Amino acid sequence: MRGAPYSLRARRALSALCVSAVALPLTACGGGDGGAEDGVVRSSWGDPPNPLEPANINDVQGGKVLDMIFRGLKRYDPRTGEAKNALADRIESSDQRNYTITLKKDRRFANGEKVTAASFVNAWNYGARIDHKQRNAYFFEYIEGYDKVHPVSGGAPTAKTLSGLRVKDERTFTVRLTQKFSTWPKTLGYNAYAPLPRAFFEDHATWLRKPVGNGPYQVRSYTKGSVMKLRAWDGYRGPDKARNKGVDLRVYTDNNTAYTDLQAGNLDLVDDVPAQQLKFVRSDLGDRYINQPAGIIQTLTFPMYDRAWSGPAKAKVRRGISMAINRAQITERIFHGTRTPATDWTSPVLRRQGGYQPGLCGDACRYDPARARKLIKAGGGLPGGRMTITYNADSGSHKDWVDAVCNSVNTVLRSDRACVGKPVGTFADYRNKMAGKEMTGPFRAGWQMDYPLIQNFLQPLYYTGASSNDGHFSDTGFDRMVNQANAASADGRAIAGFRDAEKVLAEQMPAIPLWYQNGSAGYSQRLSEVALNQFSVPVYAQIRVG
Amino acid sequence: MGRYALRRLLQMIPVFIGSTFLIFFMVYALGDPVAALFGDKAPDPATAARIRQDLYLDEPLWRQYVHYMGQVFSGHFGTAFNGQPVTELMASAFPVTLRLTVVAIVFEMALGITLGVLSGLRRGRGLDTSVLLLTLVVVAVPTFVSGTVLQYLFGVTWGWARPSVSPEAPLTELLLPGVVLGLVSLAYTTRLTRTSIVENARADYVRTAVAKGLPRHRIVTRHLLRNSLIPVVTFIGTDIGALMGGAIVTERIFNIHGVGYQLYQGILRQNSPTVVGFVTVLVIVFLLANLLVDLLYAVLDPRIRYA
Repeated sequence: MRGAPYSLRARRALSALCVSAVALPLTACGGGDGGAEDGVVRSSWGDPPNPLEPANINDVQGGKVLDMIFRGLKRYDPRTGEAKNALADRIESSDQRNYTITLKKDRRFANGEKVTAASFVNAWNYGARIDHKQRNAYFFEYIEGYDKVHPVSGGAPTAKTLSGLRVKDERTFTVRLTQKFSTWPKTLGYNAYAPLPRAFFEDHATWLRKPVGNGPYQVRSYTKGSVMKLRAWDGYRGPDKARNKGVDLRVYTDNNTAYTDLQAGNLDLVDDVPAQQLKFVRSDLGDRYINQPAGIIQTLTFPMYDRAWSGPAKAKVRRGISMAINRAQITERIFHGTRTPATDWTSPVLRRQGGYQPGLCGDACRYDPARARKLIKAGGGLPGGRMTITYNADSGSHKDWVDAVCNSVNTVLRSDRACVGKPVGTFADYRNKMAGKEMTGPFRAGWQMDYPLIQNFLQPLYYTGASSNDGHFSDTGFDRMVNQANAASADGRAIAGFRDAEKVLAEQMPAIPLWYQNGSAGYSQRLSEVALNQFSVPVYAQIRVG
Repeated sequence: MGRYALRRLLQMIPVFIGSTFLIFFMVYALGDPVAALFGDKAPDPATAARIRQDLYLDEPLWRQYVHYMGQVFSGHFGTAFNGQPVTELMASAFPVTLRLTVVAIVFEMALGITLGVLSGLRRGRGLDTSVLLLTLVVVAVPTFVSGTVLQYLFGVTWGWARPSVSPEAPLTELLLPGVVLGLVSLAYTTRLTRTSIVENARADYVRTAVAKGLPRHRIVTRHLLRNSLIPVVTFIGTDIGALMGGAIVTERIFNIHGVGYQLYQGILRQNSPTVVGFVTVLVIVFLLANLLVDLLYAVLDPRIRYA
């Protein structure tokens, strides 16, 4: 979000004033408690842009709530990212395609209803069906019958339910996929796969006003656009019961205000420290500032549909541009260390056993002006002698780093005009240009993982025709390796297969990895044991208050 | 006077239709908003098509507009992307901004007119010069600076006020943001009042009043001030609309969920029902405020007649 250009110097001056003011008896630095309730965490929140249905939420803010009020079959360990059984007792398959899922006994929704196999099957059928216009419908595309309930043409569906789902008994259901997909069970920790109670289908409007789930928290009240009050639910039987009495999620339009409120003692937790405050955050908060990797990677993606940028010779140019970017300097100067230079196409949160391999990109991701110049020249130079980097100007501080990247390229190529930023007014317009294949040069792309799997960093982005393959990269070798990896029966072999596929990216460079994004958060003295998970969302249930 | 008011009200209809169409067109020109609903991920074309169809976005612009106006005249302003009816957003946002505007207007009127009268009566003396300087400073400092600095001083350093306003936005919490919002207008009100007072202080009717031997406070309040207020009232009248619509910066700094917030979100997300609905109401407020100002002229100066 673009912040107002707050005057930092003024702020520092005021801090000094504050120190001198302590001497006066009537004034105090810090301020009131702002109505803190005993044992309740007051946390900053953003207004979710979409209705709060599990299969309809694709943003971090809405995901935050789902993570508190829902538990699915699997859950990603907030520390390691490992997919562990939550409601699933067993998920079995002999052929990587037909799965039998058995639920744990006696789990309930907060309204008392039992969580059964039907709670899952109904929810998935709902999410997949085109009539419900769920943003995450495509998560069910691997289940057989998806094309019937969600025709690609957008026409009327020919079936109401997914033929690949069968309820066997109260605790068991089977899933048949359209292809082999060995890591599929591990994707089931994603929020879109949450179970839904009957109330959701019977009285949808009421449910939306006050969602009912099966997680450690239940919604006490929800005022759209301002505050959601969640309270710990006593009936929750999972291992991660809430250690606090509840969480108040307060909507802030500007993260600077949230940060000011944290300083004034009106707020306990901000999970998005504004860029302008990063310089001071250490001195302001000390160890109450968290800065740790999240499953987000930023890249510069090339329009592979544009002949000026495709072809084997241009691979050299693309690699050359990558070498011309001084990642270390940019992450330090512009992002104050909240980003880490990327050396592969995944994320450190996967850890090595999950497929993260630092240095896989090799020399191509190392700053080397001389070789960069040589490579770009060998590939015939920049198309037309210059390039633009397209970005959306309405959110984030994209302009800052795009200009920095261009600067870096210009310095290497010894020309002021080799690279310029090309802003697009709004994010929607930007997305439309991308979908309409209107990009004429590299453009910014960010990928936030859906689940901590190497598959999620590669297949949706670089597989031929994949949903988020915005550069329209297509390589038969890459596709074949992804297919093989998906069909592998052992975990290790699947990951190795994906790594091989990733090496194709290192050679062809359809997208330049820039940096891994960290999650950053700050909290008040009232809280302890605050941590972020791999999605950079606070693990609310384990926070202690007081 | 009744006919005059009626004529003015009738004139509002074309203005209303014209402005809504312009706004509609401008929001529409920003492009297709559906893609942004899917975040950084490419939208699934079938789902996107369904959403577009649902929001009438697949129709030509004029049909969208007709459909929208049909809704407006039946009291329904469409639905925001998060599934909330726009009327519901209005019901939550307008009272908050109205309260904020009232604080700002009362503040700028009370302080601005007082300061203006005082410095106008003491033209060229110390008080006049310092007020002049003060207003210059206030005009020169942008709202986001004054807002942040005051927020930091009052909210964090001294702890006298909450740095952010709670969702209920009670009047007491709106005092500080209201003052911030009214600051720039305060300066203009002061300067306008002062100039007007200085001008009228030499008018015949003031001299007459003095000659009649009226007490000074009566001369100032009944004769001098009343006539001097016409330009000031004009300014304040138009300012009501400007303050309501222009509260975006102030509302952001103090996290007030009012009109500015909804407009900002609406524009950011290209949510045409929200933007057009809110601006439509603002246009009405603006028009009504202007009418009120014109009618007030006769109250202030009996020589003014309406035909």
